[in-house]
Amino acid sequence: MCDHCGCSAPPPDAAHEHDHSHAHAHGHAHGHTHHHDHDEERRTVALHQSLMAKNNLLAERNRGFFLGRGLLALNLMSSPGSGKTALLERTLCDLRDEFKMATLVGDLATDNDAVRLRKAGSPSVQISTGTVCHLDAHMIQHALEDLGAAQVDLLFIENVGNLVCPAGFDLGEDLRVVVMAVTEGEDKPLKYPSIFHGADVVLINKVDLAEAVEWTSDKAREHVRQAAPHATQLEVSARTGAGLEAWYSLLRERLLAKRAPRTAGHAHSH
Amino acid sequence: MHEVGLAQQTLEIALDAARREGAQTVRKLCLRIGEWSGVELEALRFALELVTEGTPAEGAELIMERVPPACRCAACDCLFNVAEYDYHCPKCGAESQQLCQGREMDLVSLEVA
Ligand SMILES: Nc1nc2c(ncn2[C@@H]2O[C@H](COP(=O)(O)OP(=O)(O)OP(=O)(O)O)[C@@H](O)[C@H]2O)c(=O)[nH]1
Ligand SMILES: [Mg+2]
Ligand SMILES: [Zn+2]
Ligand SMILES: [Zn+2]
Repeated sequence: MCDHCGCSAPPPDAAHEHDHSHAHAHGHAHGHTHHHDHDEERRTVALHQSLMAKNNLLAERNRGFFLGRGLLALNLMSSPGSGKTALLERTLCDLRDEFKMATLVGDLATDNDAVRLRKAGSPSVQISTGTVCHLDAHMIQHALEDLGAAQVDLLFIENVGNLVCPAGFDLGEDLRVVVMAVTEGEDKPLKYPSIFHGADVVLINKVDLAEAVEWTSDKAREHVRQAAPHATQLEVSARTGAGLEAWYSLLRERLLAKRAPRTAGHAHSH
Repeated sequence: MHEVGLAQQTLEIALDAARREGAQTVRKLCLRIGEWSGVELEALRFALELVTEGTPAEGAELIMERVPPACRCAACDCLFNVAEYDYHCPKCGAESQQLCQGREMDLVSLEVA
């Protein structure tokens, strides 16, 4: 336990001691003349409920839906303009003969991105979030209804361009992909530790511009490694196609791995 | 900037609990908000004041506890704060993969009357 190991542990559970003392006012002498004087009849109710409970429940439902369909769902997050749509356009074209793919795309306004993605040849549902700065599991549930019964292997969810809020909302995805562009500077991962720490994959995009912006690859890689020690890092360009083969390999592997227990049964040892 | 939505969730949960308790009003809300939850405490406070207006939770006292990101070491069970992007256990050096706190947005308790 942390209290024995001597490290500088924060006391997360110590903060849980609730005040169960009933500080109500029956101590002082008030007569029974007015019956409606329980004004100070205060009680503490312990809840420990996550404000995300509803979202998390719906996310689990989405996860079940994805599992039932045997599809791999990816949640792509980045700041505005890092190249999420461009990467998807390219991916949809390059893998067109190999996989059935669909996209759900969130933006505050316009359906420009969905139009771009449809042109790239796959069904796409635009989720217009209005003033909301992230996608949530409920929006995904409805977008899936709009997508209909189409058979899909890979479902790409392009989140609203924002490096803060989307991190907090589980959509039920299998993989969290954070995209950063070389034009954003090497220290992005350190400035937004929360979203990077949750990433399974970090795509460093626009490497075709690396020289022009004097991008230091080693420094960036080290920063990503610090912020997301367990994430797979790939350097790519949606423009030139550089590095994308590794991205496609990753998609193939993860889809296979997800389907393995269903199709391969006992093929792997436990 | 989705604090209004979170405030509405908070209110919903609080009013449900108050109803179950047969209480008329909510006097106090105690929340735990992780530093990595993306939630701005002042924005949430403001949003809560806004959404509770005209409800049984109007004017409730707000206690918000900020929770720093921390990991529980899988090797030695030690709990440590994540400082400077260091996910290594200060005790045994093992690297942790998952935060055990720091992302939460919890309604811990409330006081009703
Ligand atoms: N040079 C270069 N430009 C790129 C690359 N990827 C994207 N872009 C350009 O960057 C701009 C933004 O790309 P989008 O794909 O729209 O970015 P996004 O992340 O979808 O943006 P939002 O949806 O608004 O958050 C466009 O002008 C793209 O053509 C790349 O690899 N290299
Ligand atoms: Mg886009
Ligand atoms: Zn937000
Ligand atoms: Zn340890």
